[in-house]
Amino acid sequence: MNNISYKRAESVENAIEQIGSEKESSRFIGGGTNLLDLMKYRVENPEHLIDINHLDLSKIENSDSGGLILGATKTNADTAYHEKVEKRYPLLSEAMLSAASAQLRNMATNGGNLLQRTRCFYFYDTSTPCNKREPGSGCSALEGFNRLHAILGESEHCIATHPSDMAVALAALDATVHVSGSEGDRTIAVTDFHKLPGDTPHIETNLEPGEVITGIELPEKGFEKNYHYLKVRDRPSYAFALVSVAAAIELENTTIKDVRVALGGVAHKPWRKPSVEKEFFGKGANTENFEQLANKLTEGAKGYGDNDFKIPLVRKSIVRALTEAMNK
Amino acid sequence: MKISAWTTLVDALREHLQLTGTKKGCDHGQCGACTVLIDGKHINSCLTLAAMQTGKEIVTVEGLGSGDELHPVQEAFIKHDAFQCGYCTPGQICSTIGLLNMNKGSDPAELRDLMSGNICRCGAYANIYKVVEELKDRNTEALSKNSN
Repeated sequence: MNNISYKRAESVENAIEQIGSEKESSRFIGGGTNLLDLMKYRVENPEHLIDINHLDLSKIENSDSGGLILGATKTNADTAYHEKVEKRYPLLSEAMLSAASAQLRNMATNGGNLLQRTRCFYFYDTSTPCNKREPGSGCSALEGFNRLHAILGESEHCIATHPSDMAVALAALDATVHVSGSEGDRTIAVTDFHKLPGDTPHIETNLEPGEVITGIELPEKGFEKNYHYLKVRDRPSYAFALVSVAAAIELENTTIKDVRVALGGVAHKPWRKPSVEKEFFGKGANTENFEQLANKLTEGAKGYGDNDFKIPLVRKSIVRALTEAMNK
Repeated sequence: MKISAWTTLVDALREHLQLTGTKKGCDHGQCGACTVLIDGKHINSCLTLAAMQTGKEIVTVEGLGSGDELHPVQEAFIKHDAFQCGYCTPGQICSTIGLLNMNKGSDPAELRDLMSGNICRCGAYANIYKVVEELKDRNTEALSKNSN
């Protein structure tokens, strides 16, 4: 790890002020579970850390629109086990508890979870080319060991996936991210928060330099009845998803009134297509329709050799997640 | 204690305070050997800066038990033969206490999942599982105390 300076910010305004003119060489630190790890590998090399754990952003509160606001510095464990989250947004709770280990969930924060970076081996291995780590150097995963890599929305410059489980559930739930910066406050839909790689895979989110996440807002509708987070991975705990599916359905008898499907482990961001979902409103909640939805949602999926298996796997996982959600 | 900004908590404990009960394993949050309790919650001390923990209650394996008397979780590890080389044991014990503090682990799968952040190279998992399962069924109030 490089020598760094460490400062605490005392308020949101103070944090924005502190990062001020040194945006490139500074990072906000919340739990630090991913940032410090990346610093040890010298993938991230900031000179200044600004601790944002004292900004009074660690609450879970009702929002004006009948939903919930999850404070940015609330830990993942305290969020997932929060009574209101468990009761009203069990899909989110389930997804968050499938992630990492108990120790990491006790430290990792909600804002940091969205900003965690890919676990692509080549991104972590500084001896190999990686366009995300060093723009223009090339992508080692394209013809490398790419079993964990993307099958949707990827580009010739990057086939890394976003590792978060939380973000996948948040995408299905239509959550929004509250951010503050020197230009003021704004909200970004979770589905717009992360970017596809294109030719700038090092720019991963629509967060402007110097902006800080203050909270995540969940809308009133939580799909607390019919939901399922299916995480397919190499061992039953403490592993990133090969593919994951956040599925939520609102049923009217056996008819689909509303359906949400977001995918993890397949793209540079949580993968969701509301237009495809809408085609199935009013249709029967049955295997045939779920298969059709799965095919449409993954249209254009492309494998790179080692990860070819993900294409049939994700389609079957979608059907299974929706079936389990329906039978919950 | 005066330390540089980039000192992680595990290094501060071991190198500056000479509290070598907390083990440094992978140093990347993957093995759990460095697990300690901060305000009663178990965390990986390799992935946090010591400077970030100002004002917090930090309990390491040295802070459990008193004098010659072991903490009940330590006793249970001995009773069930839940360690071999012992390198992961301080972390396993801190995680067990953290789990009891959380009052989670109601079914076997959840319990195993909650302990999966601690790797044991000897493979003492079956007996560690017995410890945790036995303790969670007891009145945990006395057990979950971090220190005496």
